[in-house]
Amino acid sequence: MTLKSLIRHETLLVLLLVAVLIVLSFQSDRFFTVSNLLNQGRLMTEIGLIAIAMTFVIATGGIDLSVGSILGLTAILAGVFWQNVGLPLPVAALAAIAVGSFAGFANGLIITRFAVPPLIATLATLALYRGLAEGISQARSVRGYPDWFYVLGQGDVLGVPTQLWILLAAAIVASVVLAYTRWGRTVYAIGSNETASRFSGLSVEKTKLALYTASGCAAAVAGVIFVSRVSTTRSDMGTGIELDAITAVVLGGTSIFGGRGTIVGTIIGLCLIQALKNGLSLAGVKGDGTIMLIGVVLILAILASNLFERSGTR
Amino acid sequence: MAMTIDLPPTHPQGSAQRPGVLRRLFADYGQEFVVLAAIIVLFVVVTLVNPRFISANNLTTIFSGNAYIAVAAIGMSMVIITGHIDVSVGALIGVLATISGTLAVAGYPVWVAWLAPVLVGMAVNAVVGVLVAYARIPSIVVTLGVLSILRGGLISVTGGTWISDLPPDFLLAQKRLLGVPAPLIIMVVLTVLAALWMRYSAFGRSLYAIGGNAEAALASGIPTERRTLAVFVIHGAFAGLATILFATQLQVIQSTVPPNLELTVITASVIGGVSILGGSGTVIGSTLATILFATIGSALIFVNVSAYWLRAVIGLLILATVLADMLRRRSRS
Repeated sequence: MTLKSLIRHETLLVLLLVAVLIVLSFQSDRFFTVSNLLNQGRLMTEIGLIAIAMTFVIATGGIDLSVGSILGLTAILAGVFWQNVGLPLPVAALAAIAVGSFAGFANGLIITRFAVPPLIATLATLALYRGLAEGISQARSVRGYPDWFYVLGQGDVLGVPTQLWILLAAAIVASVVLAYTRWGRTVYAIGSNETASRFSGLSVEKTKLALYTASGCAAAVAGVIFVSRVSTTRSDMGTGIELDAITAVVLGGTSIFGGRGTIVGTIIGLCLIQALKNGLSLAGVKGDGTIMLIGVVLILAILASNLFERSGTR
Repeated sequence: MAMTIDLPPTHPQGSAQRPGVLRRLFADYGQEFVVLAAIIVLFVVVTLVNPRFISANNLTTIFSGNAYIAVAAIGMSMVIITGHIDVSVGALIGVLATISGTLAVAGYPVWVAWLAPVLVGMAVNAVVGVLVAYARIPSIVVTLGVLSILRGGLISVTGGTWISDLPPDFLLAQKRLLGVPAPLIIMVVLTVLAALWMRYSAFGRSLYAIGGNAEAALASGIPTERRTLAVFVIHGAFAGLATILFATQLQVIQSTVPPNLELTVITASVIGGVSILGGSGTVIGSTLATILFATIGSALIFVNVSAYWLRAVIGLLILATVLADMLRRRSRS
């Protein structure tokens, strides 16, 4: 029954996406071109990486609100490690990603060791990590990176934006892990019934710790890509990205209560949001009108899938 | 779902052993006492370092400058106690402030400009309440959507312009009654009324019951759907009241969404002792927590902490409070 309703939600989403794509391509000639679509892929990579990790976290019934702050902290640190500490740029970037992953690990520790609900724990670290980013940066930005660094965020590999390959690889690995491995099944089990999972001998704590670390790591990688894409660092980078990522995940059919959700759904949700943003802006609607529409789509999509599900169970 | 249900702060009458009044008070309001103690310690320490900290001027800034957060946190606490959440309140306050300011500038009577945000807030949250209570969409999803709609709608309509030339009569937050700033009075009165109502009215008790165990509440005859809708509408009214204080602080209103306001309000509720799992907490706690944050923010300035590190220190303190609270709960159970 759960599988059925899952398929239903995703089918619904795909139909919606196709409809949106058709309508938008009639609105503007520039929309359905290879170069535009690839460019949109470039723009959605950062949210995409975070949303993929967030799918796992939400599937366990958790949430991670601190990802935007981790992104900002990583961006700042990459710049500071390189310019002020004097590390070679690749080492600086990796060190920053390591710190970002550790920030996620710290979230996991607070959640598992102290039994703090994830919403509160990551709400607190959202403030803390953003504060660290502000404190370390002292409102200074780091610019002037070597040219090769921009390949990551602005260049192409085999004609496709570099970071889109990263997103693609992450999506494939994540969907295989979530759908086909024992570990992925553990994620669903925890989300469906944490107590029962614990009694069945699943390592609930370890799994959660790994997930929040992965979420921090994804946000950190997104942070480095962000810096490479926009050529500068600022401490307010990634503010509010957590809500965008959660919107994509929930739109993609992952239950906010856990136990249900797929990576494919999240990716479709992401594409739908990005297509709306881009298509509407090409059609002359301002960015803010698009944000509005995304809110409406989110509520209607969940409403529709709720109605389908209810009629299906009867 | 694993859930620890804290006892709501009213004991059944005639329990076998009645512990001492003080101990009972502490059991009921443990977190509130922790927050209050933190405020007092901060005041004493910072005043010793820099006596100007307790100047009337600074106290006014601390208390009335943040009253709108406390008022919004009252409604938020009720929502969280019922087992829900609202991430759209910051956007709502931004929209309501713009509506209120626009009406005031357009020459409508001041009471219209004050009443409008309350009514519109109730109407918007009635829609949210219907979607949550009757359509059964999780509140975080609904309010995430509403957040986008309000934020996007506000900017596309106004373009984020400043509303200036507000009539002096409109500026409620700058008024004083018997020398006491109006926001302070409003904050205290609303907190006390809401606290009494949550503790002693059947309605208030039913919110704890729904948040503690919605199915059990339904089985014991509480109309959970209607109550959930009602609590969102009441929360909308508090958002409207908060808006009046927020919009009338300065001579101008920026018609944008105040950044991170929803997180500030949620944090105040949670740090004040409202369990995010629902079913426990009080609105006194959320108001005290608002005052604590305001005190911390001001104290850091008075002990010369760089403004850049302000948020990091506040974040650390929030984290410490959360961890202390979890340890306290664990040692009690």
